[in-house]
Amino acid sequence: MSVLVYAESWGGSFRKSTYEAVSYASETAKLLRTDVIALTFGNESDDELLKLENYGANKVLTTSGIEKGDSKAATDLFSANCSDANMIIFPSTYTSKMIAPRLAAKLKAGMTSNVISTPSSVSPIEIKRKSFSGKAIENTKINTEKAIIILAPNAFGLVECNGSCKIQKIESANNTSVTINSQKVASGKISLAEAEIIVSAGRGLKGPENWEMIEELANLLGAATACSKPVSDIGWRPHSEHVGQTGIVVAPNLYIAVGISGAIQHLAGVNSSKIMVVINTDPEAPFFKSADYGIVGDAFEVIPKLIEEIKRIN
Amino acid sequence: MNIIVCISSVPDTTSKINFTDSGGKFDSDGVQFIINPYDEFGLTKAMMLKEANGGKVTVITAGDITIEPVIRKALAIGADEAIRINMTPQDSYSTAVEITNYLKNSPADLVITGRESIDYNGGAVGGMLAEMLDLPFINACNGLHISGDTAEITREIDGGIENISTNLPFVISGQKGLVQESELRIPNMRGIMQARTKPLQVIEPLDNVQLTISSGFEKPANKQDCKLVSSDNVADLVSLLRDEAKVI
Ligand SMILES: Cc1cc2nc3c(=O)[nH]c(=O)nc-3n(C[C@H](O)[C@H](O)[C@H](O)COP(=O)(O)OP(=O)(O)OC[C@H]3O[C@@H](n4cnc5c(N)ncnc54)[C@H](O)[C@@H]3O)c2cc1C
Ligand SMILES: Nc1ncnc2c1ncn2[C@@H]1O[C@H](COP(=O)(O)O)[C@@H](O)[C@H]1O
Repeated sequence: MSVLVYAESWGGSFRKSTYEAVSYASETAKLLRTDVIALTFGNESDDELLKLENYGANKVLTTSGIEKGDSKAATDLFSANCSDANMIIFPSTYTSKMIAPRLAAKLKAGMTSNVISTPSSVSPIEIKRKSFSGKAIENTKINTEKAIIILAPNAFGLVECNGSCKIQKIESANNTSVTINSQKVASGKISLAEAEIIVSAGRGLKGPENWEMIEELANLLGAATACSKPVSDIGWRPHSEHVGQTGIVVAPNLYIAVGISGAIQHLAGVNSSKIMVVINTDPEAPFFKSADYGIVGDAFEVIPKLIEEIKRIN
Repeated sequence: MNIIVCISSVPDTTSKINFTDSGGKFDSDGVQFIINPYDEFGLTKAMMLKEANGGKVTVITAGDITIEPVIRKALAIGADEAIRINMTPQDSYSTAVEITNYLKNSPADLVITGRESIDYNGGAVGGMLAEMLDLPFINACNGLHISGDTAEITREIDGGIENISTNLPFVISGQKGLVQESELRIPNMRGIMQARTKPLQVIEPLDNVQLTISSGFEKPANKQDCKLVSSDNVADLVSLLRDEAKVI
């Protein structure tokens, strides 16, 4: 018996979502009274791999030569190394979403995504997940010997521990069916999925030239920037910043919405944020019904004041 | 080129979500159903590929008779024919198995699914189909160029994009970028008339396997009322965020 967890890395380093998945695996392994085995294929150094022991990994299986974009090769790798696993846990990443369903079909194992808490019962595995774009929480039972889950973003948190783990190099058969031509990752910017704070703005900002203050505020707070759908549709901001039901779903600790009305489709992508702040001229804007804190006011007055105040206390 | 577009029928994005049987079942009363928005991008892309290269676009959906209006809408947008697998989907696996059963007998050059269905948000059917059919799979696909039997595909990755090549046939799960919002097609009168007579074949499921069970829903806890701060006291907001909410 074991819990297997995918430890995804980027440029050889793990991100928070991986530590979160390992923490989750460790809490689940306690319920199942078993060990946590992490599986990686990202050419990480031994020093990097050993960081996983701080979140409860007992063993790390590692290999190289498989590209993240090659879902078939990655699935074969998982399937060759999971004979002992009752649960296979994936962090909330695009690559996980490519591998996990394939693996589920290959193993004929029940799979569920958007998971927000450890199992409430273990035989069968019963688990809570977000459904209907965060408008509901669904209880799911997994009726197979192995259960495969993908976590929801930022739903669990990190649990550190004083563990130790062994590193074991494994073989990978490389029967690839795709060619990765190029990969572009925006560097230096905080990615939306990992951000603990997001400053987001909508059509209320009137034009792309007014985003300077949004970026300044985000920089001061160590935040990522996001936008509403019409803003990316008209090209004021890149599509990769579009959050909502048909964009990226985020769950930061703090979401600051500036000049966004709070349409149901927008809220569907942000309503798992722990704290929401809205700044809007219209006291009737629907966002005020969902937000925790709000200022009825003009963004062009409020944001500069906010920037000054944060500079003052920093 | 023979293109299959998998469509799921989902509550309109403005729907209020409610449950009956003390949280046991989704309450579809008064809910308007639409083509899953991600699938609409895929369907439009399929139409464009057909217009450029010739071929046929078939939509397939697993669902009971109540979803036929949504299938007719896909035909009105321009799909040539439709297949309905007569079942109430229980989980992603059961849906993928039955679509696979169909595709094993009628192979496609390209299978298009959506990134996820906006109701259950499983994000699973596309990947499962690919594995069952032993095909390459690219998810969160936001660009697709096909020439001959090779394709160049871009997919979203965390914080960036990746460009991938592969050979037909393969499976994608698509999203905006496959086509632009402005390229989506609204059915016109002629399309709607034609849709009535286009073939809609109903087939029965063969396997009826289910690996996961949805055993109840609840609504997230209601938020407390929003605390309003005057725009003259922006400093108060900062203190609330720091000392009360402890998020900065
Ligand atoms: C199928 C479908 C899917 C969709 N998916 C998404 C999605 O994923 N994400 C998304 O965001 N939307 C989505 N939408 C669109 C959504 O319905 C709204 O139209 C959109 O969110 C509105 O964007 P907005 O709030 O920026 O603009 P608006 O609705 O125009 O609101 C602008 C707000 O700014 C305020 N304002 C104006 N001037 C100022 C000022 N000086 N200072 C402060 N505030 C000011 C106004 O009071 C107003 O509330 C979807 C729609 C459909 C039909
Ligand atoms: N009942 C269904 N019939 C046909 N295709 C479906 C069905 N459910 C989901 N799909 C396809 O699979 C994609 C992902 O759905 P899901 O895995 O349910 O999130 C959808 O965008 C559709 O393309």
